[in-house]
Amino acid sequence: MTSPAPVDPREAASEQELISSILAGERDNFHLLIRPYEQQLYRTAFALMKNEAEAEDVVQDAVLKAYRKLAGFRGDSKFSTWLIAITLNEARARLRKENRATLDSLDAQREDGGDFTPAALTDWREVPLAALERLEIRDLIQRAVAELPDTYREIVTLRDVEELSVNDTAALLGISVSLVKVRLHRARMMLQKKLVPHLKLVGKKASKARIFGRLSWL
Amino acid sequence: MALSCRHVWNHISEYIDNTLDPQVRAEVERHLATCEICSAIIDSTRNIIILMADERVFELPLDFSKRLHARLDEVLKHEDPEPLGMVPQ
Repeated sequence: MTSPAPVDPREAASEQELISSILAGERDNFHLLIRPYEQQLYRTAFALMKNEAEAEDVVQDAVLKAYRKLAGFRGDSKFSTWLIAITLNEARARLRKENRATLDSLDAQREDGGDFTPAALTDWREVPLAALERLEIRDLIQRAVAELPDTYREIVTLRDVEELSVNDTAALLGISVSLVKVRLHRARMMLQKKLVPHLKLVGKKASKARIFGRLSWL
Repeated sequence: MALSCRHVWNHISEYIDNTLDPQVRAEVERHLATCEICSAIIDSTRNIIILMADERVFELPLDFSKRLHARLDEVLKHEDPEPLGMVPQ
């Protein structure tokens, strides 16, 4: 799971063709080029801005910037990673302007692996994917992610919400792979501790309604 | 040497990502075979990771895409991408 996601060579080729066509004057193809990444960019922006409207503005500005700077995309990273990097920069610039810059206030001790006690519940074993239709679970997860310290929320968003590789996450955040792993671990454990007792309650109600689906792990 | 629960907890994230050193992984698995609590903690953590990746959790605002492409259209109508020379070094 840590190796970069395999790039479908056909996908990459058609993406490169689209980019060439846009640079050659077929500007409207830019709509097609970015369409697959809209949700990913929004999630990235939302992780930093914590506000729907601002996240939307950030994505719009980032996408316009990507269009204007398209000739500068050299293809040595994935196009998606390039877009996410522009979005992160755009969000950070806006936070700085508003004096809301992410302060990396995590001290070394807390990064150490540290002491934590997970929520130990033996009867929440199934994934209530069907229960996601219920707003309750979405809210619980959104709130738990929003309440994470900024640094952890960024990592969890890139790695677990957007499912980027550890390597891509490290490159985008400009930190080492080992630091990504440490922070990701802490973040996941915080979420586990916060969410499991609530999800268990929701799950119990849900299982009565028989909407549980067992998901086989990869 | 048998791992304690607390030691296993330190490896949960890497265990789920399958990036543990094989020897450590084997020790964790040996512990999990007999520890119901740690197995449940790992299962629930994995469940949360699966839920977070579900597209329905962080949905786009209504008409997000429409507004994005409308704004883009305004620029595409009038502007070419900047030539490479203008990209700051």
